[in-house]
Amino acid sequence: MINFMKYKRLYFLISLLFLIPSLYFLSRFGLKPALDFTGGSLLELAIKPTHIPQVSIPLLQDIARQGFNLDQIQETDSGTYLFKGKDFDQDLNQKFQHEISTFIGEPTEISFENIGPTLGRELIKKTLAGIIIAAGFIMLYVAYRFKDKKYGICAILAMLHDSFIMLGIFSFLGVYLNVEVDALFVTALLTILSFSAHDTIVVYDRIRESLRLNPQLSFTDTVNKAITETLGRSVNNSLTIIFMLLSLYLLGGVTIKWFIFALLIGTISGTYSSTFTAAPLLVLWEEIKNRKKKL
Amino acid sequence: MSPLRRFFLIVLLVISAVIINLPYGSTLLKRDLSLKKGLDLQGGTHLVLETDMKDIDSQDKLDALESAKQVISRRVDLYGVTEPVIQTATLKDSYRIIVELPGIQNINQAVDLIGQTAQLDFRQDTSPDAGEINYASPSAFMRVFSFTSTGLTGKELKKAAVNFDQSGQTSGQPVVALEFTPTGAQKFADITQRNVSRPVAIFLDDQLVTAPIVNEPITTGQAVISGNFTSEAASQLTIQLNAGALPVPIKIVEQKNISATLGADSVIKSVKAGIVGLGLVMLFMILLYGKNGFLADIALIIYGLITLTVYKLIPVTLTLPGIAGFILSVGMAVDSNILIFERLKEELRTDRPFSVALELGFGRAWDSIKDANTATIMTALVLINPLNWNFLNTSGMVRGFALTLLIGVLISLFTGIVVTRTLMRLFLLPRSKT
Repeated sequence: MINFMKYKRLYFLISLLFLIPSLYFLSRFGLKPALDFTGGSLLELAIKPTHIPQVSIPLLQDIARQGFNLDQIQETDSGTYLFKGKDFDQDLNQKFQHEISTFIGEPTEISFENIGPTLGRELIKKTLAGIIIAAGFIMLYVAYRFKDKKYGICAILAMLHDSFIMLGIFSFLGVYLNVEVDALFVTALLTILSFSAHDTIVVYDRIRESLRLNPQLSFTDTVNKAITETLGRSVNNSLTIIFMLLSLYLLGGVTIKWFIFALLIGTISGTYSSTFTAAPLLVLWEEIKNRKKKL
Repeated sequence: MSPLRRFFLIVLLVISAVIINLPYGSTLLKRDLSLKKGLDLQGGTHLVLETDMKDIDSQDKLDALESAKQVISRRVDLYGVTEPVIQTATLKDSYRIIVELPGIQNINQAVDLIGQTAQLDFRQDTSPDAGEINYASPSAFMRVFSFTSTGLTGKELKKAAVNFDQSGQTSGQPVVALEFTPTGAQKFADITQRNVSRPVAIFLDDQLVTAPIVNEPITTGQAVISGNFTSEAASQLTIQLNAGALPVPIKIVEQKNISATLGADSVIKSVKAGIVGLGLVMLFMILLYGKNGFLADIALIIYGLITLTVYKLIPVTLTLPGIAGFILSVGMAVDSNILIFERLKEELRTDRPFSVALELGFGRAWDSIKDANTATIMTALVLINPLNWNFLNTSGMVRGFALTLLIGVLISLFTGIVVTRTLMRLFLLPRSKT
């Protein structure tokens, strides 16, 4: 048995090292909502320059400025061009592509999206409802399974820990890399909530079992024993998930890259929190309770 | 059930899964067993149409939405799109129709197909000499008609159908039977009264479809258009008439157009990622748990086979996030095995014989496995939103991910526990004890 709990302050410190910047970024900059939340248009074109030697962003900007309501143009990794804007409908899209074919060369439309603003507002509501319901179910289940409120509350604190770190990192990425948060990010967040609960439940299950089997051990020692026994499983299981996610991140398509990245962060943070946040919190809870008793 | 019998059941299951997944499985089972690909993978057009219900009484709104959906479905069918998805969605005061057209690249074509507010209307001849000439005479075709609207439109047409004439010389010839709503019947009675032995023209989108001559006033709300129809022409007209009347104006609020090449590229990349990931996980399991890990790998392959089969049988429409959900679930599928193997190691450390340790390991790990997976199942269900609650997500991408994750978790419980346990009992326990 390793005395993990001896260093519990260190674990909390590591968590805070991530949590404080996360909360700072989140409260200062918030998240960058994607098209599905704000409404607007997104056009992706592959352009083959036939009239001029090379496609350039300033040239595209000049064309876009002719009343096409496109305010963002960027080149993607695969050499296609992304155009973003509001009130850019199918009519404008056709005219725009016509202009490009006259001045630069024939464009090929890779994708075109146009989302009305009402749909975006609805999605925000639906997303919030989803998060509240899923988190509510998980809380109820944890509370029901462990009957003792300290397990329930500590498991939820660990879940919050993971969510805030994920949100914080995406807020940071939004500021520096223009990464946007879309419906898939929310899906990743919910998946991680359940993964975090999943991992914490395994550790807590073990603590309860040890409490029953070895009543003579102190609470801290019981937790130490449980962690010693579950850490291998926790790390191994997360590694298999991380293998899958990493290969998806490195080899999979661009469309789901940030979605996979969100899952990756969540998996790592979820693994850490189940062992190094959820369990030490229980010990802390017991210590505070005992201190109160002594007073 | 003895392990041996269980083993044969598993073998049977695997064989049927293999058959279903083989290229000729479809013909063998007389059912289409190809994997359904979502719009993001095969390319196509996704449209969300908002209906304008301001002129419709509130109790009729849902009916109007439903009939608008049917009109659009018919138009899409006429156009010959394979496996279109057309569904309605209502949220508070907005009534929407969601249309997915796989393979349709040209969004204008799609919008023209659906978005046109095709109006059916009945018109009468109001040219100065109307009524004074013999419409049946060949010379009548030479003059220019001047048709004006009568106020009777497709809104009041209940339905059109192909019939066969029952009377007279034309008996047995195909005709088009029209049935009006009560208000339509009233209007039609008035119109026919005014226009006996004159033509009443039927226009679709300002195009003349037909202009039959009224023989007598029709008050029953039922009319028959007879002419020299072939069966095809009659049914064509019927479709046009039925499809023509879009009961409410519609407007596009969302459109997505995905090229087929982007989709194909995503599929290839995801499959590559899946294979590499799977290889890593399998190698990892063998390195970590030796023989046990190898058996878990076999269970993992069975897991993949069964999952693929379930996708084909349900069928699950695969989207890119859906594939990600599947790949993620492979990583999670070995979780129950890892839990069990770690437990087994512990039990073995206490000097128990392997057979006892094996059963104890499985038994004790099951509690954690059950609890831990419940959380994932609940989250997946909230995301799938199986009851179609309007306040929850209805996005196809999110649902696709959650559905594959849910199926993955459920099947992994089976392969991770039942399959691995049977394999271990059979191949790792000393023969004499089984």
